[in-house]
Formats: sequence, C-alpha cells, structure tokens
Amino acid sequence: MIRSLRDRATLTRSDRAPARSRSDWLNRVIWRRRLGWCVLAAIPLAVVAVFFVLPLGGMLHRGLWPGGRLDLAGLGEVLGRRRIRRVLWFTVWSSTLATVITVLIGVPVAYVLHRLRFPGRGLLRLIVAVPFVLPTVVVGVAFRTLLVRSGPLGFLNLDGTSTAIVVVLVFFNIAVVVRTVGAAWEGLDRRPAEAAAGLGASRPRVFTAITLPALRPAIVSAAVVVFLFCATAFGVVLTLGGLRYATIETEIYLQTTQFLDLRAAAALSLLQLLLVILLLAITSRARPTPTEPEYGETGRPRVRDLPVMMITAATVVFLATPVITLVVRSLRRDGTWTAAAYRALGGEAWTALRNSLSTAVFATVASVALALIASAVVSRPARSRAGRRVLRALDAVFTLPLGVSAVTIGFGFLITLDHPPLDLRTSSVLVIVAQALVALPLVLRVLTPPLRAVPQSLRDAAATLGAGPLRTFATVEMPLVRRPVLAGTGFAFAVSLGEFGATSFLARPDRQTLPVLIYRYSARPGADNFQSALAASVILAAVTVVVMLGVERLGVRGVGSWA
Amino acid sequence: MKNRIALAVIPLTAVALAACSSSGGTTAQPGGGSSSPAKIKQIVVATHDSWAAPKGLITQFEQESGYTVKIVQNGDTGELTNKLVLTKGSPIADAVYGIDNTFATRAVDEGVLSQYHVTGFGTKYDLPGGAARYLTPIDWGDVCVNVDDAWFTAHHLAAPASLDDLIKPAYKNLFVTPGAATSSPGFAFLLATIAKYGTNGWQDYWNKLVSNGVKITAGWDDAFDVDYTAGGGNGDRPIVLSYNSDPVYSIPKGGTKPTTHALLDTCFQQTEYAGVLAGAKNVPGAKAFIDFLTGKGFQESLPENMYVFPADPDAALPAEWAKWAPTPNDPLTVAPDEITKNRQDWLTQWSDITS
Repeated sequence: MIRSLRDRATLTRSDRAPARSRSDWLNRVIWRRRLGWCVLAAIPLAVVAVFFVLPLGGMLHRGLWPGGRLDLAGLGEVLGRRRIRRVLWFTVWSSTLATVITVLIGVPVAYVLHRLRFPGRGLLRLIVAVPFVLPTVVVGVAFRTLLVRSGPLGFLNLDGTSTAIVVVLVFFNIAVVVRTVGAAWEGLDRRPAEAAAGLGASRPRVFTAITLPALRPAIVSAAVVVFLFCATAFGVVLTLGGLRYATIETEIYLQTTQFLDLRAAAALSLLQLLLVILLLAITSRARPTPTEPEYGETGRPRVRDLPVMMITAATVVFLATPVITLVVRSLRRDGTWTAAAYRALGGEAWTALRNSLSTAVFATVASVALALIASAVVSRPARSRAGRRVLRALDAVFTLPLGVSAVTIGFGFLITLDHPPLDLRTSSVLVIVAQALVALPLVLRVLTPPLRAVPQSLRDAAATLGAGPLRTFATVEMPLVRRPVLAGTGFAFAVSLGEFGATSFLARPDRQTLPVLIYRYSARPGADNFQSALAASVILAAVTVVVMLGVERLGVRGVGSWA
Repeated sequence: MKNRIALAVIPLTAVALAACSSSGGTTAQPGGGSSSPAKIKQIVVATHDSWAAPKGLITQFEQESGYTVKIVQNGDTGELTNKLVLTKGSPIADAVYGIDNTFATRAVDEGVLSQYHVTGFGTKYDLPGGAARYLTPIDWGDVCVNVDDAWFTAHHLAAPASLDDLIKPAYKNLFVTPGAATSSPGFAFLLATIAKYGTNGWQDYWNKLVSNGVKITAGWDDAFDVDYTAGGGNGDRPIVLSYNSDPVYSIPKGGTKPTTHALLDTCFQQTEYAGVLAGAKNVPGAKAFIDFLTGKGFQESLPENMYVFPADPDAALPAEWAKWAPTPNDPLTVAPDEITKNRQDWLTQWSDITS
C-alpha cells in the first residue's frame, strides 16, 4: 500500500509538468471520492425516496390539490379548528414530558448497566429491553389491568388520565435511551475523566465537564428517537387515554381510516412533518467532542454509585411489574398454574414464529445495510459550511420516516405504488421494506454519534498509509463502532418482530406472524382466548429479547476478528 | 454538482430496486387484464383483520376451482372500505369480503364495486334499494349490551334490561363500551341509541350515560378483557357492549349454562357483505370466490371462526349457539344511506359529548 502510493506520487512528480498536474491529480482524487460518496448516499436515498417521499407526497397531493388545484384555504380552515390546536398542544407537551423523563431515568441506568460490572447485569439488561419489543395492544391492556379501579394499582386513580399515557410512553422508550447511550458509554475512553479526577475535580464536575459533553450526541440522538416514537404513538394513547386525549397521530388515524377526510389528514401530516423538521433543526447542532475512542473498561460498583444503583433498581421494578403481570396471567387459570394457554396456541405459534423470524431477518439485514451506508456518509467530516448543511439535511431525511404517521405512509403506498414494476401494494416485500424503513433511522441514530466521534486524525493516518475511504471505513471506523452496530441490529430486529409503524396499515397478505396471532386471540370472546393472546405476547417478547442479546453476544466473541 | 449527481442516481437505483423487488413479489401477473385470454390463476381477496377460515376449506376450493386464493387484510371494516375507495380505478384486489351495513352504501356510492349478487341467497339481509345488486350478504351478528348475571346475583342487584336502565343511578359506573369513533361495535351501539331515541334525542341519552359513569375504551378487546367482570381480566364492570353470541363463551368449565346474557332490546344488527371490485383483473375468479363464501361449508364454519351467524338460514349452527345465542326478533336499525350521510356529523357530536 504505502509503496504504491509513494510510487504514484513519484510518478506524478517526475513524469508530468510539476505544479499544475499535481493539483489536477489531487482534484481528480477529491472528485472521485466525492462521486463515490454520492453514489453511496444514493442507495439509501433512493429507498427513502420511493418508499417514503413518494407515498407521503401522494397523500399530501390528494389532500391538498383536490381536482388539480392547490387548496390553501382548506388547509387554513383545518389548521384553524380549535380541536386541531388542542391536539397539537397535547402531542407536543405529552411527548416532551415523556422524553425528558425517559432521558433522566435512562442515562443513569445506562451507566449502571453498561459501565459497571456486577453479577446479574445481563438479566437486568434483558428486563430493560423487554418493554420496547412488547406489542402495544398487549402493553396497553397489561397496564390497564394494573390501573383499573379493581386492579392492584387502582388506588392511584390513573386509569384514563394523561399521566397514564406519559407513564406508558416512558415505559416503552427507556430501552432506547439505555441502549443508545449505553453503547456510546461503553466505548468511551475513561482516561480523560480519570485525569480530571486526579487533578482534583469532583465527581459531578467530571461528569458535567468531561463525560456529559462526550455523551451528548448519543443522548440527543436517543432523545430525538424517543420524542418521535412518543409523538407518533398510536395504540397506547387510545387505549390508555380512553379516547379522551387525541394526538396528531390518533387524529390522522381517525380522519383517514374512518372518514377518509384526506384534506384534514394532509394538513395534520404537514404539521407532523414541520414538527419533525423543527426538532431535527434544533438538535442537529449537537456536535460530538472528538475523543480518542478506546474500549472503555467496566468497573465494580462502589459506594458512590449507590444513588444510580437505586435509580436503576427502581426503574427495573417499574419495567418488570407489567411484564411479570403479563407472564403470570398467561400461566394462571382458575386459581392454578397451567400452560394451557400456550398449549392452545399449538402449531399456530410455531408457524407464526417462523414467519415472523424470516421476515425479521430480511428487514434487519436491509435496514442495517442501509444504515451503515447512510451513517458512513452523514458522519463524514464536512470542511465547508455548505457541505455540513448537505450532510445535516441527509441525516434529517433518513430520520423523517420515524416522525410521520404510519397511516399516511400505509395509505400512501396504496395510491402511489400501483404501477408495474412497482405494484407492491399487496406483496409481502412491502412489509419488509416498511419495517426496514422504520428501523433505518433507529439504527442510524445509534451509529452516527460514535462514528462522528472518530477523530479525523485516525482517518488521515489511514489515508496517509494509502487506505481508500472504504478501506478506512472497514478497518478503522467499523471496529470502533462495533457495539453500536450490534445494538442497532438488535433494535432493527425488535422493530421488525413487533411490526411497528407502517406495517399495521398496509394491505397485508394473510400471513400468520406473532403480532397477527396476538391480535386474533385478543379479538375473540372468552377468557381462554385472551389468555392465549397473553401467552403469544410472552413468546414474542422472549424470542425478541433472546435474539437481541444473542446478537450482542455474537459481537463480543467476534472482537478478535473485527479489531 | 453533488446534488445533480445524486438526483441522477436516484431514479436509476429506484428502477433497479423495483426490478429486484417485483421479481420477488407474489403479485406479478404477466399478461393480466383483458389483453390476455388465458385464465388468471390468482384471486386476490381484500378483507378485514378478523378474517379466519379453516385452511382445509380454502384448499378444497382451490383444488376444485383451479384458482389460488390470496387473502389481503386491511384493518377494520372502515379502514377496509376507505382503502377501497382510495384505490378505486386501480383496485388492490378482485373481491372484497367484510364491508358491513354501516359502510355498504359508501362503497356502492363511490363506485368501488361492480354488480354481482348471488341470486336468492340471504335475501333477508339484502341492502335496501339498488345497492343490493352490488353486495351479497355473507354473515351477521347482533351487537348488544351484555350483563354478567353471576356478578348481579352476588351483589343482590337486579340486572338492567333495557337502554333506559343504563342511565339509572342503580347502575352508575357499571357499564363499559368501546368508543364509536375507534371501534365498529362501538359505532353500532351509537346507531342503536340513534334508532331508539331518534336523531335529535340520542345526544341527551349519551349525556346521561356519561353522567352515569359510562366507561369508554378504544377497542372492544380492552372493554371486554380488562373492564368486564366476565372477561379475562377480573374487571369491575358487569355490563359490557359486545355480541349476542358472547354468552356461549361464558359457560364455566363443567357448567351447563352461561353466566351472562345479552339484552335483546338493545341490539343493532351488523351484516357483512362480499362483492366484486370494479376494475378487478380476475372477475370470474372473484365471482367464484363469492359463490364459495355462500356455500354450506364456509357458512357453517362462520360461528366458530369469526363468531358471527351465517346468512344462509339453512346452515347448521353449533349446538351451544343454537341454544345460548338467542337473537332479537326486532333489532334496532338505521337505514344504511342515512348512516353514510351522517356518519361524520354523528361521530363529531358523539366525540364532543364523551370527551
């Protein structure tokens, strides 16, 4: 490598006219690289364009250009309704509050579960991951069984309140913060913090001056994802709020699926889009402080860790209670323990599991591959302001699918993807694509902050040694972001197995998957059927968590081959 | 420059992607439509999420007819109908099953369907007027208020018997119903109250229901599974809005009769229909499938798979259904075209009253 580069340099210097040709050559290299990055960026961009921008555009067009003329007066009328203003306000404050609480709880838990070493840590990580993968129908029901007047937490009088909605949103999303921030924290070099402490800085000071700035990109990234999940939450808001509270998302659902009022739905989707863009504009300024990444070491807990350990313990109890309720109820019938509900599922559960897993594998591979490409591009250090802007815009484009209504995209598919060769409307391929699209921003948000933190000096060093950008990415950057890649893969799997988002509003080919099975059983009369729905949820959660953790384990063993 | 290159690459990649994905898809029907005289093998059927049929029946139909059946599920009956309206002119399927009487005239008025009706089948459940030419009734069910007799006996209270009873102080905080805006049985119940109290009287009734502590949930499943005392979840409300067939599923293990019953004066009848979509690629296949839905085999599978009654009066019912799922002689009704005309207005008023 080194030799070939030197040879090339010697060649140019001796054989051609000196100064001009050197700058020519440099220019060519630079342009070739830029072209390379553009081609790379085009792949995920094309997917987002076809499967997100196109359907969204189609729905907005139908709603705002009825009969081929732009109807801005109609738009104003919809946005002027009192109800819409109320809905917007509720969406913003409930999501913001839920996000703030989730981050405040998630960061200390991430420290304990990813920076400290103690027996039982694996189990705790598992418990924290479970809520994220649980189907919303079941979580809503599980929570309500606790909160209903006759339930164990009935005295709190929370059933049907906005507090209940916020609590459940926090419940669902803690895993996002713990895993995103945890993955970044694990890879954090502890020497600067130790040096600061050695120089006499107090612990809070070390945290605010050294650790927090280094983690900020990961925290912001996680917060953005959590906010978008909260703002587009649908099932839990309806279930927990008892129809008293409406968010932009539930309103779009009603206007689209029940009334087919596309004008109102388009106005609301625009509002959503604006909200996301605003959010991304505010948060994209969080730049990472470049650190020398190292594999951070974990330490044994000390007395000073007691407060965070207690927060973690309380969080685990909070997360485990509904889950345990779920498991217990799936096993208890008429006062005795029995696996009858599981037996009743029989062969159906196996078929469903097989179908779920095979779809999930495809969707995960697709989303991780796209996210790797996209993050490699958006984490480029841009030298010019314009370059930075382009990269920031790209980052936003890949995140948008998380923040726009699944109903709008699901219905949008139907009206835009109806021409061959793209008539995928009733194909199972579309299910995979939709899942990959939902997982993409999630994986991207886990990957990008650590990639951006890779110091330019390392890349430059690799380049000096003759490595091309791809080789640099594979040999220098990838090993440094191994953990985030695995954390992201786990997320993608969970998203796909749980069939989040757009998939629920597609025209789905009749294929028994676990979420479908859960839905079917919960929609049948009789206590036995409901118990089978709970049993299927327990299976879904167990499988997802095992897969997520398995993926992580795989990575840890693979350290040697990667680094 | 950068942008221009990216712009040029997008369509290229998109085409490549499209080519890859469509070859992996299952919908590709080369030479489909009128240009090809060859018989199209696949029938695509759009239906709702409650679709369930014994596999053997479908396989048997496929073998006998030479078609393959592809079922595509689309949310609830409202979402299904609206998706069909949205894709009118480029339909996602050949046949539809699961449009109910609350959405039927909307589908017909929007021109989603082409004429087909299985002659002489289920005429009792036919839509009024010209709409009947487009849709064949397949099944029906009564949405009724159900009460948990066991709970009322244990609490030494007489169970309510009518809609009027539900607003009496004796039954304060005892009734749970899924919401009309998010649940199709919930909407059926709103229609029952409109039929009973009139288009100007139901608002008053609902105000009284609300002040008498009615609990409104998003879906049928959490009303039944969480709040109902006789559902799966040890709830605390012994009166629930559900179906007239539910008592069948409350027969305790080892018991001989249900511990709940349906109030037959509170029922709104939901009928589900099947039809051929306008612009369908496979019209003969769609017709054959609808004929199959009206056949004895499928009709008799309905109660145990989708918890509804067959539209064929001669189809045999399961023994417990015949015995424990009595049907009202005179259910409450609202004309389908009235529903289509007023749906949004009624639901907006209902939302204002209940939230």
